[in-house]
Amino acid sequence: MRGRNIREAVIRAFFFASGILAVLVLVGIFLTLVTTAVPAFREIKIGEFLTKTAWDPTSPEEPEYGILSMVVSTLLVTGGALLLAVPIGIAVAAYLSDVAHWRVREVLKPVVEILAGIPSVVIGFLGLVLVGPALARIFHTGNGLNALNGSILLAVMALPTIISISEDSLNAVPKAYNEASLALGGSRWQTLWRVKLPAGLSGIIAAVMLGMGRAIGETMTVLMATGNARAFPHGLLSSVRTMTADIAIELGEVPYYTTHYYALFAIGLVLFIITFAVNLVADLVLHKYQEREQ
Amino acid sequence: MNRTLIIAILTLALLGPALPAKPAGKMIQIKGSDTMVNLVQILAEEYMGKTPGAAIAVLGGGSGTGITGLINQTCDIADHSREWKQKEIDQAWEKGVTPRFIVVAVDGLSIVVNEKNPIDQLTMTQVGALYRGEIKNWKTLGDFQKPVSLYGRQSNSGTYVFMQEFVLGNKNYSPDMKEMNGNAQIVEGLIQDEGAVGYVGVGYLYDENRQIRKGLKILKISKEPNGTGYLPTDKAAVDSGAYPISRPLYMATNGKPKADVARFLGWIVGPEGQAIVEREGFFTIGEGKYKADNDKAFK
Repeated sequence: MRGRNIREAVIRAFFFASGILAVLVLVGIFLTLVTTAVPAFREIKIGEFLTKTAWDPTSPEEPEYGILSMVVSTLLVTGGALLLAVPIGIAVAAYLSDVAHWRVREVLKPVVEILAGIPSVVIGFLGLVLVGPALARIFHTGNGLNALNGSILLAVMALPTIISISEDSLNAVPKAYNEASLALGGSRWQTLWRVKLPAGLSGIIAAVMLGMGRAIGETMTVLMATGNARAFPHGLLSSVRTMTADIAIELGEVPYYTTHYYALFAIGLVLFIITFAVNLVADLVLHKYQEREQ
Repeated sequence: MNRTLIIAILTLALLGPALPAKPAGKMIQIKGSDTMVNLVQILAEEYMGKTPGAAIAVLGGGSGTGITGLINQTCDIADHSREWKQKEIDQAWEKGVTPRFIVVAVDGLSIVVNEKNPIDQLTMTQVGALYRGEIKNWKTLGDFQKPVSLYGRQSNSGTYVFMQEFVLGNKNYSPDMKEMNGNAQIVEGLIQDEGAVGYVGVGYLYDENRQIRKGLKILKISKEPNGTGYLPTDKAAVDSGAYPISRPLYMATNGKPKADVARFLGWIVGPEGQAIVEREGFFTIGEGKYKADNDKAFK
């Protein structure tokens, strides 16, 4: 009896410690990010950092530290990816949960999940040799190293997450909803569109947010496929440099403890805040939705 | 450079005995310039084939990455295609690292366009203007109605810095330049994009049959307007300095090269190594200034 109590206590302590560790790591990362980012603003005005479009820290003329082009590029590429991935993802999820024969589903679902395991560098390479030249031919732009290329690749990478979690949430909708709708004379399409999708919305939103998280933080793929030009983007066919790509390019060679070094961490902090805001909004939306449901 | 060397030698003489000796038979770690990574990889393989017990690992990452690696002592040799910045030398001193620089090959940086581009020759000034973003359309330079599409390296590359100092006159690159992850990616862009212009090391222009890759056109470059243009593939022009965009490629060590590292570097600058350098499309160090500097660095 005593032995069991001790074991219980140890196990409980272990889980508590694991939970605390996760929180501590997160807090640690955040503090490191903030303390390393803040010194950047001894030399850069925070307003200029956020609103100027020119970024050229190694310039032999006058170093420039404006991240607006990169922020807009990141949002452009991510937004484009979501525009492609969300409708397709939800459609595939609906197909898997409601339309597909169970045999088809047994094959398709694992295949979709395997797609999630393809390394980003491989997808980036496909962007370089396959998607890029195709876009160049379609739009007559000479090259396909642009935001659209990045969006297409990121959509491919976000799809497995969106499909998989959306499908789970559609399956979690109580069977009674489905049956009630059909019994009231609703068609299968009406049942799916008016009953099941709204009922599973919280899970679908979570799926989209996770997919967006994947897209916004992805580095290697966009680094290879978007051309990394620093200019402010004119549209989806401009060559763009995202925040993650810039950090990846420059952090390797930057002299430590210089303004440039701190500025890269400041970009990381901005990225962190954007992701945090996205998650916060998602959480609020979810809460509001769940309250209404109850 | 010479002064740094002298300082390096003097300090080394003082600090030399205090530096920890490298245990024999350890793997030699090499890091740095992407322009050099293929060449050094091949040199290392040939050397290991001939020398039982030699173990060499070669990584790319850019000159800046290699130099940082040597300063932080995470590698034995740093490959770099540009000279060290004063800031880097200062950092090295602070950490007790006394770099020695050995020229292992000479690279002619080539300016390359798509084969559909009718232009054959540019002056240094014109190349600079293209990359500063001052020329937006090829029709300014010749009979070719196409927007200029600039391809370059990323700021962690020695080629990026060399080009900026040497050809752009220390001015900013155009923000519209596409910054590619390596020489090979630039070459891919040049083959596909008709309006493209790019700068790459000569080693990347050849296919496996030692022919210039299909779809590329290497431009003749002249120093002066109306001057004679030369190709970077013209060995005599590069050796004599008539080809304007050429540069030495270095391998740097912490202090005088010792033991395995010294033997490897000695082999590279010797006849066998230089034969491979030439075979890989780079230029040999010759008998002039580079050789004299090397002799000093080895002492």
